[in-house]
Amino acid sequence: MSLQHYLIVSAILFVISMAGIFVNRRNVLVVLMSLELMLLAVNTNLIAFSKYLNDVQGQVFVFFILTVAAAEAAIGLAILVVLFRNKKTLEVKEINELEG
Amino acid sequence: MFGWSELIPALPEILVLSMACVVLLAGLFTQRNKGGFIVFLSVITMVFAAILTLKDHVAGVQFSSELLFNGTFVRDEFGDMLKVVVYLLMIGVFFYAKQYLRQHNNLQGEYFALLLFATLGIMVMISGYNFIALYLGLELLALSSYALVAYNRNDINSNEAAMKYFILGALASGMLLYGMSLIYGAVGTLQLNEISQAIAGQNNDMFLVLGLIFVIVGIGFKLGAAPFHMWVPDVYEGAPTATTLFIASAPKIAAFALAVRILGQSLDVLMIHWQSMLATLAIVSIIVGNLFALQQTNLKRLFAYSTISHIGFMLLGLVGGADGIAASMFYIIVYTIMAIGGFGMIVLLSSKGVEADEIADFKGLNQRNGWYAFLMLLLLGSMAGFPPLIGFFSKLYVLKAVIDQGYILLAGVALIFAVIGAFYYLRIIKVMYFEDSDTDQAIDASFDVKTVLSINALAQLGLLVILPMLFEFCIRVTQTL
Repeated sequence: MSLQHYLIVSAILFVISMAGIFVNRRNVLVVLMSLELMLLAVNTNLIAFSKYLNDVQGQVFVFFILTVAAAEAAIGLAILVVLFRNKKTLEVKEINELEG
Repeated sequence: MFGWSELIPALPEILVLSMACVVLLAGLFTQRNKGGFIVFLSVITMVFAAILTLKDHVAGVQFSSELLFNGTFVRDEFGDMLKVVVYLLMIGVFFYAKQYLRQHNNLQGEYFALLLFATLGIMVMISGYNFIALYLGLELLALSSYALVAYNRNDINSNEAAMKYFILGALASGMLLYGMSLIYGAVGTLQLNEISQAIAGQNNDMFLVLGLIFVIVGIGFKLGAAPFHMWVPDVYEGAPTATTLFIASAPKIAAFALAVRILGQSLDVLMIHWQSMLATLAIVSIIVGNLFALQQTNLKRLFAYSTISHIGFMLLGLVGGADGIAASMFYIIVYTIMAIGGFGMIVLLSSKGVEADEIADFKGLNQRNGWYAFLMLLLLGSMAGFPPLIGFFSKLYVLKAVIDQGYILLAGVALIFAVIGAFYYLRIIKVMYFEDSDTDQAIDASFDVKTVLSINALAQLGLLVILPMLFEFCIRVTQTL
């Protein structure tokens, strides 16, 4: 497996997550999952480069990204819960109070 | 290696971090709406942070930029100047937030703790000298802001704004990180100055240019520059006004610092590529911001579109070479001062449970209270860029730097749309002075908030006195970069 293979996998992951955010018209939870996937694509990229360049900084960066991703998921789900309490739905097309 | 003496230049950050924890704890032991002490603690923190930041400069110590913590953190004059501006803005934000939260019967310690954590994030973004540090600062700011936007948790608009802000903010971080990972792959280091050295002479590497594109998209999202501005109006309108006031001010300075650090200090060799991208973002932002603002009736939404056009001007400055960076630094400082004043006015006119965020709420303000109408006149005039006010000079410097670089067409388009933009500011002024008020309710606010707002608005005139000095500072600190 060469560097290119890893980069292609991570590019595919990145594109899937973008599609999950922009094409998905159903559930907000799917959007949150896509956001996590995007960070994983970045992590794959960083680890592949880190191994290829024989440099440890990339792997350190991955640890930080993983930690922040956990915090981000926590706050995202908290917002999701308050939104659901007031709205009783998580349909993407129902989230349209603010327009103009 | 690490030594204790390394901690001294980072003292302002350490102070803000510890005080954020103290405020969080103090909030536990304070009753709702009795938060005067918490506001006092927060303001005092900013004052002492300013003293710690300025002490070397006032003492006249020979100052040069220094790298700390294995090069992940830089202390330089550029950062110190921006940090002092951030402290001043935050003091304003604390006072306005107190007024707003009291009105809405929702004054709790967490709000100020979150603001202090966000301030810490801003300071790390200003001083970060490594992709990891910059990313951590960015996320600390972003995560605190999401919580601040969702603060009115029973208000559906606030929830929805928070959700939109969260999704697009996380998307922007993802883009920025993907760009950073590609740049890392091309040069093998995360350190800004080492990146700059490593890419000298190779400005067409595919990974680098691709990374640059992602980084610019990420920064564009964070700044709210068109075409990445979709979230700005919704978040500004839905968030509690105190939070809108915060989001419109200090984080813009952090995003400016991020742009200068990444584009100016590490990817300077790729300038030929990013200049054209930033010029496009700038012009699109100025056009979109000014045109869409024309049809708004909600003042918070109107200010959101006006922010987009002001961000456009700031980005335009970055295109204008070394002088341009100084001009856009001056622009963003002046703009953030106007922005907190404008939103502060909305906070002041709101009363229990009612938000004065429609233009109609400003009807006949001159009859109700001539002084506040005058203050709002100053703020709006400055945003529109009417000559004697400070907002005129910030636009002038940016346009001058751009014209000096030979981009006459860019400057022309920006100027035309700035004139179109003057219309919607004038409309509010007309409503304030020439229409009759629906209510004759007196404006009630505590003395300190009135004072802060008056100082804030009068600064549009007062800063003229130190205008040459302030601009001189901007030029000097950007030259040391």
